[in-house]
Amino acid sequence: MTLLLIAPIGAPLLAAACQAALGWRRATSWLGAAAAAVLLTCGIALAATGPHAAPGGLLRADALSAFMLIVIGAVALPAMLVSPAHLAAEETSPRDARRYGVLTQAFVAAMALAVLAASLGMLWVAIEATTVVTAFLVGHRRTRNATEAAWKYVVICSAGIALAFLGVVLLHFAAQQAHVPAAGALGWADLAAHAGRLDPDVTRIAVALLVLGFGAKAGLAPLHAWLPDAHGQAPAPVSALMSGALLSVAFYAVLRVKVIADAALGTGFVRTLLLTVALASLALAAALLLGQRDYKRMLAYSSIEHMGLIALGTAIGTRLAMAAVLLHILGHGLAKTVAFLAAGHLQQTAGTSRIGAVRGVAARAPLAAGAFGAAVLALLGFPPFSLFASELAVFRAGFAAGLGWAVAAALALLLAATAAIAAGTARMLLGGPRTGPGAAAVPSRPPLGAAAALLLGLPVCAAVGIGLGPLHGLLLDAAALLGAH
Amino acid sequence: MNHTTYVQLLNASCGAFLLAGVLVLWRRDLAAIVRLFALQGAALALLIAVLGVHEGEAGVVALAAGIGALRTLLLPWLLRRALAGDGTSRETQPLVNVAASLTVAALLGLLCYAVTRPIVRLDPTPATHAVPVALTVVLIGLFVLVTRRRAVSQIVGFLLMDNGITAVAFLTASGVPLVVELGVSLDVLLAVLVLQVLTARMRAAFGDTDLDDLRELRD
Repeated sequence: MTLLLIAPIGAPLLAAACQAALGWRRATSWLGAAAAAVLLTCGIALAATGPHAAPGGLLRADALSAFMLIVIGAVALPAMLVSPAHLAAEETSPRDARRYGVLTQAFVAAMALAVLAASLGMLWVAIEATTVVTAFLVGHRRTRNATEAAWKYVVICSAGIALAFLGVVLLHFAAQQAHVPAAGALGWADLAAHAGRLDPDVTRIAVALLVLGFGAKAGLAPLHAWLPDAHGQAPAPVSALMSGALLSVAFYAVLRVKVIADAALGTGFVRTLLLTVALASLALAAALLLGQRDYKRMLAYSSIEHMGLIALGTAIGTRLAMAAVLLHILGHGLAKTVAFLAAGHLQQTAGTSRIGAVRGVAARAPLAAGAFGAAVLALLGFPPFSLFASELAVFRAGFAAGLGWAVAAALALLLAATAAIAAGTARMLLGGPRTGPGAAAVPSRPPLGAAAALLLGLPVCAAVGIGLGPLHGLLLDAAALLGAH
Repeated sequence: MNHTTYVQLLNASCGAFLLAGVLVLWRRDLAAIVRLFALQGAALALLIAVLGVHEGEAGVVALAAGIGALRTLLLPWLLRRALAGDGTSRETQPLVNVAASLTVAALLGLLCYAVTRPIVRLDPTPATHAVPVALTVVLIGLFVLVTRRRAVSQIVGFLLMDNGITAVAFLTASGVPLVVELGVSLDVLLAVLVLQVLTARMRAAFGDTDLDDLRELRD
């Protein structure tokens, strides 16, 4: 049983060690995908077997952790399947390729540790570790822009998340004063169980800092400034991992904090806080999507928009809303991964990520262009994809909870963002082919592994949208853990 | 250690801790700023040691030695290496001038006294009465981070924040659990290493480490 808790962290670390020792070769380049498959299997197994804790009390898994592991695995598997082709097309040097292999695996391991950590302190350590290991992945291309993006990323995320650590420290103080058992002073299970005894004034300061700090890493306003630069400059598989999995893992920390805060302070405080950041993020994403000229940055702003929606659903906080939030996290992870991986292929084919420059590329890279178009439709919330179902459920829950005004405002902002993204994508995919030199190049077809990654994600997203199947019970269990009422 | 000595030592180390933070705002010479940061690390180690001796916990005193080694020797050494390749070692025109910065620091201090009242009220000991001082250092660090334009001063701003948060942790609850403290220290060390490498890359790409050059990516 303990193996199921250790393997999701151990398998990527083992793959990283192999790649560090042997370099990025034909055989070792697939280790990352194998590790992601192990992680995904462990997530499913944990979901099936129910909650347990590792001896020593450092690791712990319940329905929510298992669900988040499934999200990480579902994003990491396609990203790792595309990586060999992506690096080959970039003509990365063996040294850079080895570093890419080691760092992406360390990144996946840190995310797995974050969702399996039993205490808020270890959760913080794991999330800050993701900043450290992804810095060089963002700056992978070593150009001026990549260096600039990496610098902003490390400084803003580290400073933002330092505020969250101040929150952890103050919560620890409140727990000690309330005589929460010393061993579990930072364990979120013990904190949630004894939350009623925490001093409300100190807890209020701590929770505000925690939501703001982890919100910075989740790409929520006001500390979102690193996100478009980092997502725009990182290699496509890394952008997919960051947008599809890392943002949600950071938001998972907010979910754990919410359980403690709701028990200590009542539901009003976190709701107000999250409504504010949610609407601010949606407004900001809508404003900056209008007139966006770079398609990778367009996808990055769409991530801010979706994190805003997720924060809105969490603010609503009923059982329906929490289940919808979790479904939205999975759907966004799947669709955004395909979108970023396809965008990466288009960027390699066209040589640029400007929207105006890829008009003719749809004829040259039909598979990638088609996958990109379908993924954008999924992200815009069209049926049959699961984001349609989850958005609808969030809005319904919002009206039922008496937050109709917030839902109406969110819908208006969402409409503006949708129009902007649709216009940009239409220009990319439907524009006439470019004439002149270089126009009649050979069609560009991704190799088998990459093609499988592009083709598999969206049917899964659609299948989840049509019928939840075995996920249904898991989602309800996880929503119940989040104190939904 | 009797109570009076304890309070006096506590106040002296907190005073030195705050003073080093405020002086960072005053100096524009980057080497001096790094020296002030090392001095602040020493004050922090002393503060933790005093708390450890007062509570009779050998573990906390050992932690003070480790934190002291990290923050007075290792991190300043890394910062000096990041500085080494720089031609000019002065802060080019900070966004806010020195007099205004010092006024802001005073206002931040007042704000911290107001904000931390619930914390002091919950457990009024000499140690928690010093929490506003530590929080002021956190905010001074944030202020340095957003107003200074050289790479090294931004790193120092981040580290001042971190020093302040560590001080809050020890003043309120004699630190976070050991595993967490080790993880946090490792993360901070790695973050500074990453920033040091990025500083070198920035110098190779832009010629210097003036962050005003970092404005190609924007909407």
